[in-house]
Amino acid sequence: MASSAISATPTSSFIANQKELGRFGFSSTSQFSIHKCKKSAIPMKIMSVMTPQQSERRPATTGSVKTALTLTEKILARASEKPQLSPGENVWVNVDILMTHDVCGPGSIGIFKKEFGENAKVWDREKLVIIPDHYIFTSDERANRNVDILRDFCTEQNIKYFYDIKDLSNFKVNPDYKGVCHIALAQEGHCRPGEVLLGTDSHTCTAGAFGQFATGIGNTDAGFVMGAGKLLLKVPPTLRFVMDGEMPDYLLAKDLILQIIGEISVSGATYKAMEFTGTTVESLTMEERMTLCNMAIEAGGKNGVVPADSTTFKYLEDKTSIGYEPVYSDAKASFLSEYRFDVTKLEPLVAKPHSPDNRALARECKDVKIDRVYIGSCTGGKTEDFLAAAKVFLASGKKVKVPTFLVPATQKVWMDVYALPVPGSGGKTCSQIFEEAGCDTPASPSCGACLGGPKDTYARMNEPMVCVSTTNRNFPGRMGHREGQIYLASPYTAAASALTGYVTDPREFLQ
Amino acid sequence: MAAASCSLSYNSILTPSPIPKTKTFLGVLPNSIKFPVTSSRAPATAIRSSRAVSVVPRATSVDSGSTSEAGSTFHGLCYVVGDNIDTDQIIPAEYLTLVPSKPDEYEKLGSYALIGLPANYTTRFIDQNEMKTKYKIIIAGDNFGCGSSREHAPVALGASGVAAVVAESYARIFFRNSVATGEVYPLESEGRLCDECNTGDVVTIEMDESRLINHTTGKEYKLKPIGDAGPVIQAGGIFAYARSTGMIPAQN
Repeated sequence: MASSAISATPTSSFIANQKELGRFGFSSTSQFSIHKCKKSAIPMKIMSVMTPQQSERRPATTGSVKTALTLTEKILARASEKPQLSPGENVWVNVDILMTHDVCGPGSIGIFKKEFGENAKVWDREKLVIIPDHYIFTSDERANRNVDILRDFCTEQNIKYFYDIKDLSNFKVNPDYKGVCHIALAQEGHCRPGEVLLGTDSHTCTAGAFGQFATGIGNTDAGFVMGAGKLLLKVPPTLRFVMDGEMPDYLLAKDLILQIIGEISVSGATYKAMEFTGTTVESLTMEERMTLCNMAIEAGGKNGVVPADSTTFKYLEDKTSIGYEPVYSDAKASFLSEYRFDVTKLEPLVAKPHSPDNRALARECKDVKIDRVYIGSCTGGKTEDFLAAAKVFLASGKKVKVPTFLVPATQKVWMDVYALPVPGSGGKTCSQIFEEAGCDTPASPSCGACLGGPKDTYARMNEPMVCVSTTNRNFPGRMGHREGQIYLASPYTAAASALTGYVTDPREFLQ
Repeated sequence: MAAASCSLSYNSILTPSPIPKTKTFLGVLPNSIKFPVTSSRAPATAIRSSRAVSVVPRATSVDSGSTSEAGSTFHGLCYVVGDNIDTDQIIPAEYLTLVPSKPDEYEKLGSYALIGLPANYTTRFIDQNEMKTKYKIIIAGDNFGCGSSREHAPVALGASGVAAVVAESYARIFFRNSVATGEVYPLESEGRLCDECNTGDVVTIEMDESRLINHTTGKEYKLKPIGDAGPVIQAGGIFAYARSTGMIPAQN
């Protein structure tokens, strides 16, 4: 609470020190932020070696708790400084990170200025993260202007984390530029267990993979948070999804979440938290957990969350120096309902047009002729997504039969595509395998054609075509053309489909 | 499939009651925004100022006497859509370069409202070369406004001249954004009005009575009360409401 009342007003010497401090900028904020001071009391070393036992959950970190809470409730209790709370309650929540991008940033800034005054300062210059990513490589003047608005604001407010791009002709000469915000947030260490992250993008729920509360908000709410550092949120009840069993090697997290959305529908989790647990989830990498949480919104969910564990702590080791404190659902926590899945019995899935819950087995759609394949976005454009696609191309040794577009989510992913050897390939990189398979050259990192965007966006569907895509939505017009048909699928299924020109079960190549 | 084993353990203390186990539970929305003040403190003639462009009247909104609580009546033609109308259909991504807080771009956003509806919606929401719609009320099915968190969606509807949406249920962020901006009233119907009404029907919404009257068919329908969100929308959004009730200081 206290932290939000104090606007960080950096002195000039403070600004001068900014670069030297780098990652350790944390210490520089403690004088401004009581909230953070409290956190700094927790030695980071201790936090990262702590591996919580499944059977023996630690009691809530908010003090004595008489009512068992879910993970989501516990985060919101701590962030609202309440010992306990119940679903349905509206609470004022302190925000740890607010993220915005080029599509909603200018509007949020406009509201912030209008409501708090032209000369107002944001509540904390180190907690507002601004990531241009949507409409970058376009000649659309208004889109370019919107990035300029972000830049001017970040300069004026001395925003610490602004991942700018100035030279659009070559993203590589922009060292600060990252790309897709949700992946950049994770890669740059802005996602931490137990925290509250809000963003002006519905896929902000991706960060729930880190055991934190993360949800999407609108411009007006974001404008409020910019000034106040807090927001009124309704505590959601939690749906629990328990996935057990060893993951078959032809499935990816995308199949799991398509299975869940198909089960509960695109409004099945509206106003609710979705907690993913079970032995399968525990075995997933961070990127796969991000895929799972990313599409919680496609079921209407307020947030998706995976309990933090050793996988999480390891991922965070070299990414953040800020202390964090994971929380977990109490054994007796009350869940609205529980769904159980035996993952060993699942098969590769797609979501047919025009809804993410229009689930079908990939092999049931083998007669669907396609015009193109798209691999990219916050859902399916991470390093492991490209490794998965490369694995299928490698196993087949064939060439793609339809244009196959590859859009790495971030600059880091792009570098991985060009540098990381694909296992079992004798040292080839993804980019080499893609070239041999006849795919389009990997494009500049951004949200790309996942959401259509300006007319000149790379790989945008400007004709009514059929596309298999690793993205997240297949509503009419989503990738450009209103009559276009989008089949949502895993990177395995997308790559297999590229090889045949039809929607294809990846087992045709992986077994 | 395997997921059928839902142990539905509703805890009456932890969840708002009563909760039917059906899908309509998803539609229990109106309490989503609650302020630590009683709604009766909200002046009925609350300021409708600080919206981006203040000239857009809420339909042919008639403030039914300054004594009633949130008494508004909306009267006009309705436009009927189906289930899961997502934000890409309400305002396609190519128009998101328009910044809603800029007055001229606000107007332009309005002219693209619902342009993403597929071609089978033969009657278009906004006539060619028009900036505004002639439909003041949208009637929809389940999960209206699902998808993206873009606030451009309720803003585009409000800017086009829509006063209220009447849907079976809403996606969470759309509902929240509608209230936060005060652009449109996201009202919920008791039944499935999108099967009962046709585009072009003349309807009246009486907020006090939580009632929708279809004058073309002569039928009346019950709406769910908007609750505490009503005064916020009437004030013109969350900031205007907070100022009018003294939650945050008034601007100079």
